[in-house]
Amino acid sequence: MNLAATGLACAVAIGVLTALAALVVPARSAVVGVGTVLSGAAAMLAGCAAMSGVSFVVALPALLPLSGMLFTLDALGGLFVAVTGAVAVAVGVYGISYTRAPDLRARGVQAVLPLFVVAMVLVPAAASAGAFLVCWELMALFSLLLVVAEHRRRPEVASAGRWYAVMTHLGFLSVLIGLMVFVARAGDDSFSALRDSARHLSPLVAGVVFVLALLGFASKAGIVPLHAWLPRAHPEAPSHVSALMSAAMVNLGVYGLVRVGFDLLGGGPVWWWLLVLVLGAVSAVYGILQAAMSTDLKRLLGQSTTENMGLVLVGVGAAGLFASSGNRTLAGLALVAALLHVVGHAAFKTLLFLAAGSVLHATGTRDLDELGGLRPVMPVTTAAFGLGALAASALPPGTAFVSEWLLLQALIHGLPASGVAAAVAMPVAVAAVALTAGLAVATFVKAFGVGFLAKPRSAAAAGAHESPVTMLAGMGIAAVACAVLALAPAVVLPGIEAAARVAGDPAVSGAVTLRLTGVTGALSPVLLGLALIVAVVALAGVVRVVATHRVRREARLWDCGGGPMSPRMEYTATSFAEPLQRVFDDVVQPELDVDVTHHEESRYLVRAVEYRRKVPDRIERRLYQPVLRFVATCGERGRVLATGSVHRYLGYGFYTVCGLLLLLAVTR
Amino acid sequence: MSALGVVGGIAQPVLIVAGSPLLVGVMRQVRARLEGRAGAGVRQPWRDLRKLLRKETITPRGTSEVFRIAPLLLVATSLVVAVVVPFVTTDSAIDPVADLFAVVALLALGAVALALAGLDTGTAFGGMGASREMTILALVEPTLLVAIFALSVRVGSTNLGAIVSSTLHDPARVLSPASLLAAVALIVVIVAETGRLPVDNPSTHLELTMVHEAMVLEYAGPDLALIELASAMRLSVFLGLLANLFLPWGIATAATPAALVVGVLALVVKVGLLGVVLAAGEVFLAKLRLFRVPELLAGSFLLALLAVAASYFLA
Repeated sequence: MNLAATGLACAVAIGVLTALAALVVPARSAVVGVGTVLSGAAAMLAGCAAMSGVSFVVALPALLPLSGMLFTLDALGGLFVAVTGAVAVAVGVYGISYTRAPDLRARGVQAVLPLFVVAMVLVPAAASAGAFLVCWELMALFSLLLVVAEHRRRPEVASAGRWYAVMTHLGFLSVLIGLMVFVARAGDDSFSALRDSARHLSPLVAGVVFVLALLGFASKAGIVPLHAWLPRAHPEAPSHVSALMSAAMVNLGVYGLVRVGFDLLGGGPVWWWLLVLVLGAVSAVYGILQAAMSTDLKRLLGQSTTENMGLVLVGVGAAGLFASSGNRTLAGLALVAALLHVVGHAAFKTLLFLAAGSVLHATGTRDLDELGGLRPVMPVTTAAFGLGALAASALPPGTAFVSEWLLLQALIHGLPASGVAAAVAMPVAVAAVALTAGLAVATFVKAFGVGFLAKPRSAAAAGAHESPVTMLAGMGIAAVACAVLALAPAVVLPGIEAAARVAGDPAVSGAVTLRLTGVTGALSPVLLGLALIVAVVALAGVVRVVATHRVRREARLWDCGGGPMSPRMEYTATSFAEPLQRVFDDVVQPELDVDVTHHEESRYLVRAVEYRRKVPDRIERRLYQPVLRFVATCGERGRVLATGSVHRYLGYGFYTVCGLLLLLAVTR
Repeated sequence: MSALGVVGGIAQPVLIVAGSPLLVGVMRQVRARLEGRAGAGVRQPWRDLRKLLRKETITPRGTSEVFRIAPLLLVATSLVVAVVVPFVTTDSAIDPVADLFAVVALLALGAVALALAGLDTGTAFGGMGASREMTILALVEPTLLVAIFALSVRVGSTNLGAIVSSTLHDPARVLSPASLLAAVALIVVIVAETGRLPVDNPSTHLELTMVHEAMVLEYAGPDLALIELASAMRLSVFLGLLANLFLPWGIATAATPAALVVGVLALVVKVGLLGVVLAAGEVFLAKLRLFRVPELLAGSFLLALLAVAASYFLA
């Protein structure tokens, strides 16, 4: 047994034992927290070992009838195992005190959390279609149980759970059919057999397999138009579960796509990857646009997950385009950018969701319009969210800046390198990435500036308090990961490059300065950060020397002479997003409602104005409502068949069996 | 890090810090004369800065360190850009930072710091300015990046030194359709980013249409001096960038005193001329309605996209 195998076995064993312990031990929160941390750490170790080249194969024929289970760990799987493990460590520490709330302390909810982590760790380790699908389904089921954890207290959780259950199973069905078609051609369900048979697949079958897999994996990654569950389920889940789902689970959609598209099918024609690229670009822009309008802190973060997964798909699609035109250097670069963005997104989204959970814990509200003024009472959470917001908004020295820079480099060098399809796709992709970056800045300025700074906008926000120390420690772990990824991405790049070998050659080198190989381009995030720090310190020194009055005096805000400012005069998240909403009026189509009540004496005197704004998801309304209506109509019609008579139901059964037998007799 | 780069890394920030208030002074003077006023003189911005530095620092009650650090960060971002971008010398002091994307993102970071400070005060004006600034920033970003894309494709690199050197070696490229379209797109974007007419009026206080001034209303004393300096520096940096991306002639390619003097003079002349043209243009313009600004930016975005198309199909 080598390190990768031992680590993975330990992760699974510790996770399962923790789940069992949670059912019997009274101090559940602490046990589950520590168990999740240990399980995550073991998974991280296994993943890192796999990325450095250690590999293993385990066959468990008895575990699943007919096909058996096959597990292995290569560099690509190792990367996702390591990311999941790292997220689990931060979440485990955070959960020790976060799960003391009555709803979350329940035995079942506590026991499911480590099992969810185990399932997520096993998905990238699966080496046969059967094992993959079983783990995929386990992951979906455990996450569903966690999403509905608080259903007793809040009715909207149940609705979110239903959406999630239906969407995730439709996605599962799509992946299942796709892989089964593939397996039927290969004759064996192990990934190595699939890989060997991919060369003999007809383009039509390969295309069907790819599109079906893409649909399933895109729905898991929250890609538009299959994203409808994500902004529902992620906010309604308990915050540490949201972090696990948003930072670790959605990544596995990307994993599945890369595994099936590049590894098993061995790349494909241009149209596959153009489809991926377009889906990615649309998701990125649409996701962040919805987030920019959102006033619910956790919903905003969920929508930003759609955006980030969209950016990752832009990278994956570009990598496929380059690979199909034979340019392995650029393909490597694009895939490295995509995978680095996956890792960076995992770090900052964990941090942001944990910080949002801390705010929810302290104030009981997620509504940005009621928050604000948290800086004096929750300094650590504010700093954590600030760091996460910087990391998410692709500004230097932030985490996403490095990966988006790499992505833009790949797109720029791709224009002269490939054909006309790329010539049209690349500039549009750059524009989409750029618009996304700009809107992300506005979104996170809103989330941080309105949510944490200024004065509290409600009594709940005014009475906030800092969270317990283990919650802060969980955020601290994620914050350190963000800082390391932002300043020294070279720490993780060797592992990512090993994983990106499925599509192309290594593309980035250097420790302090990242240099692209094969094309020109260099960036040094750490020098950039250092230069900024030096400039700020030097400036502060100069100002101290030059300015004659050294003491700061406090004074009241300038209030136009109208008496002290009240929190009602502040800008809210709604008003902050109003200009953007007007600019993108045609895209988001908000529902506005203004009620003006007049005084009785004169209709020129206004007594009260009521303003309501709703930004419904337009794609959801256009795409899902008709389908839902159709299904509901079918259900209504179908009621004619169900009269309540047992004889009739027995008759249905009898005729169905007869029909099937006839069908078999005819076709055989 | 070459000797030329080190010299540039020292000379450029000094020149930008010392010269940018003078640039603002020149622009105000030009505007005053064209409007039939005497004007306050070219050195008035420096006098204002000296006056502000001698005043007391006042912090509004209820603001956090975000409000206090923002001016420092704003100047620091412009300062780092002034150090790394090839203004006077083709080599950069910190070459791996002299990337067009990094520079644009650094300048955006400064704008974000100021927007957060505006929100931190909790006044309606601060929030209003921040909201508008972020809206404009979000719309400017695509144009900026696509224009950069058009410029970098022909060079095969986003490194500023590489772009400038390549234009020096092949002057005919400046007149290519891609380059001209990108130039026009960049001019519109720079006008928006630096808060000039017709996007924002730099000379208004307490007007309901203001953007930049609304965010900085609560600042006083040395903090305000830093912000005034930073906005002047941002203007110079953007104009310098525009000048050297399209007309890099005169920039020092060797670390000799003569070349450096020529480099400094060339930059002063180019940026000065651009400033004068901008100021003269502003006399004839009125401010656009805020919700007409997106149309202007959409137009410039279209030009940038055309520039990319031209760089591919006409190359």
